[in-house]
Amino acid sequence: MTRFVERHPAWALIVIIAVAVALWLIFAVWPPGLEEAVGRKRVFLNALFNGITLGGLYFLVASGFTLIFGLMRNVNLAHGSLYLFGGYVGYAVSASTGSWILAFIVAFILTALVGVLLQVLVFRRMEGQDLRQTMVTIGLSIVFADLMLWACGGDFYQIQTPNWLIGPIELPLLTAVKSSGEPVYLRYPLVRLVIFLASVIIGVAMWLALNRTRIGMIIRAGVDDRDILAATGVRIQVVFVLVFALGAGLAGIAGVVGGTFQSLSPGEDIRFLLASLVVVIVGGMGSIPGAALGALIIGLAEQLGSVYIPTYAIVVTFLIMVLVLALRPQGLLARR
Amino acid sequence: MSVTHDARIQVRSPAATAQRPAARTWPDINNPAAWIVAAILLIMPLIANGFFLIEIFATTLILGTIALSLMFLAGYGGMVSLMQLTIAGFCAYMVAVFGVSGNANISLGWPWWLAVPMALALATIFGTLGGALAVRTEGIYTIMITLAIGAAFYYFTNQNWAIFNGHTGINNVSTPHFWGVDWRADIPFYYVVLAVAALCYFAVDYISRAPFGLALQGVRDNPRRMAALGFNVNAHRVAAYAVASFIAGLAGVLQVWNYRQISPGSVSVGACIDVLIIAVVGGITRPIGPYIGALVFVLLRTFALDFLVKIGLDGNRFRLLIGLGFLAIVFWSSDGVIGLWQRWRQGHRPQSDRPGGGRSHG
Repeated sequence: MTRFVERHPAWALIVIIAVAVALWLIFAVWPPGLEEAVGRKRVFLNALFNGITLGGLYFLVASGFTLIFGLMRNVNLAHGSLYLFGGYVGYAVSASTGSWILAFIVAFILTALVGVLLQVLVFRRMEGQDLRQTMVTIGLSIVFADLMLWACGGDFYQIQTPNWLIGPIELPLLTAVKSSGEPVYLRYPLVRLVIFLASVIIGVAMWLALNRTRIGMIIRAGVDDRDILAATGVRIQVVFVLVFALGAGLAGIAGVVGGTFQSLSPGEDIRFLLASLVVVIVGGMGSIPGAALGALIIGLAEQLGSVYIPTYAIVVTFLIMVLVLALRPQGLLARR
Repeated sequence: MSVTHDARIQVRSPAATAQRPAARTWPDINNPAAWIVAAILLIMPLIANGFFLIEIFATTLILGTIALSLMFLAGYGGMVSLMQLTIAGFCAYMVAVFGVSGNANISLGWPWWLAVPMALALATIFGTLGGALAVRTEGIYTIMITLAIGAAFYYFTNQNWAIFNGHTGINNVSTPHFWGVDWRADIPFYYVVLAVAALCYFAVDYISRAPFGLALQGVRDNPRRMAALGFNVNAHRVAAYAVASFIAGLAGVLQVWNYRQISPGSVSVGACIDVLIIAVVGGITRPIGPYIGALVFVLLRTFALDFLVKIGLDGNRFRLLIGLGFLAIVFWSSDGVIGLWQRWRQGHRPQSDRPGGGRSHG
């Protein structure tokens, strides 16, 4: 942190000012002039929270994608299919048993199994041939998409939010002050906050596991130099299978989350594949903190964009990607 | 570094280089099969009825030309771009915007001979800018970025009503009508499409043997050495994108004339990926590959439903069939149908000679 400030004082200043402005926008009661210019504060806060929680969902998808790429250099363009598969499994489980938590567990296990099958049957045969992997996974995603369309049809599914999470809660954030002087607080869906918290916990746990444990050390060593790691006697194929299972399982969990927040339908697989592509391009391939930062940026850009400049929201996301590519082609938090 | 090296497409198969003579002045001039195909294509209107002529052959040639622009980038430049259909779609939109269409408040109403060059120029600029962005990255990143560009364009056309008319698109685009000929009538249109496709095919074939094309192939095989020899690697790549964008733009013009309308559905992400499938299935090493792939794809798309129903399966599983076929091709022959055919002609070669069998630079 201090090193960053010493190296890039101008950037640090910009970041500090941006954070200060953001904090003021969040906590202060907006003066009437500002409300007239950009709309009500409640709308802004809602978009902000939607963006952050959507970022949490994107992080769940993209972290699995980037983990698999970082360690194994496996380009899994069927990652979106894993997301949708997890969502459908979660829907089936929660609809039949009524248990939301069980949906997560079953979705995680089943998508992890699919991931293991993919690793063993497909990726192990074509190690180091990125382009063939890309083509094969594109083919697989077409096949998966059609199989899921066959099994589930073209309907929209939404996973039932459990009773204890239904309904908004009041956050200690002022949106406005009534003419009577009574403060109005922001009300926001509890389930989205809980899920965002869970994705933060998963992210932190992953970061800790990667940076503070022995298996994390092995994985990081594998990212840097696979061959030497294999030569030191680590059974690298086992590590590969485990990481692939974890990455795929995260996509499955994200599918359940996405099915609860939004809805599941054919086409969502491509949407989330693209989202995770953009997130990891912005954040930096193979970096978990990068995925978190990228997911936050893209989630915020999408939601704030769709509120304030609806026509150009998607272009904003794209422009961010272009800007990052122009300034730092390797992504914001990549190490190279 | 290793990623970028591994990701470069491996197209120089021993079989392909052995078969091809070192220097040729005119493509396939001694190949009787090529003459037969050319003759059949020329007399096609005598053989086929209107449905086959337009729905099968003209569509094949248009899709094949879009895939040809991808083949040019991937086969000679080592850059797999998924935005070629996006460029074609952009050009088609521009034809509709500048030309005459049913949406009077969007279209500017220029005559076709003004609107088409304008659309082609804009599409080339668009594709070149996208390419300039994509060449900052290599290998798999190129695929991702061009896919992201394609997706962004799709969503943008869906949301923008001022220029692209949202998800309804632009309908009733007028087609050229001069010298007393309605060029969109089946037979004239077929010949227009055939002429453009042949032009693009021979142009790509010519460029691949011209100094620019040879330098491009050198950049594909070893960018560092080419840079050391004094070639501007990135400039060659961007120029390749410009050429490919122009070809894709030509196909886009034909596409909008063919359907007389353009909508976001025709630039969707799935359609972008279809172009890759067409090029890979046909064979990405030679310009004829995309056309073969396009023929297979169009035939499957048109007749798979009837075929599947006939053998007692659900007709809607057409994409499953395409996906499985694509998987099979990618698994067993990275050189597509051409590669399979070449191998079949040369009898059973030893396993180690498999084209694309995983050469890697570590």
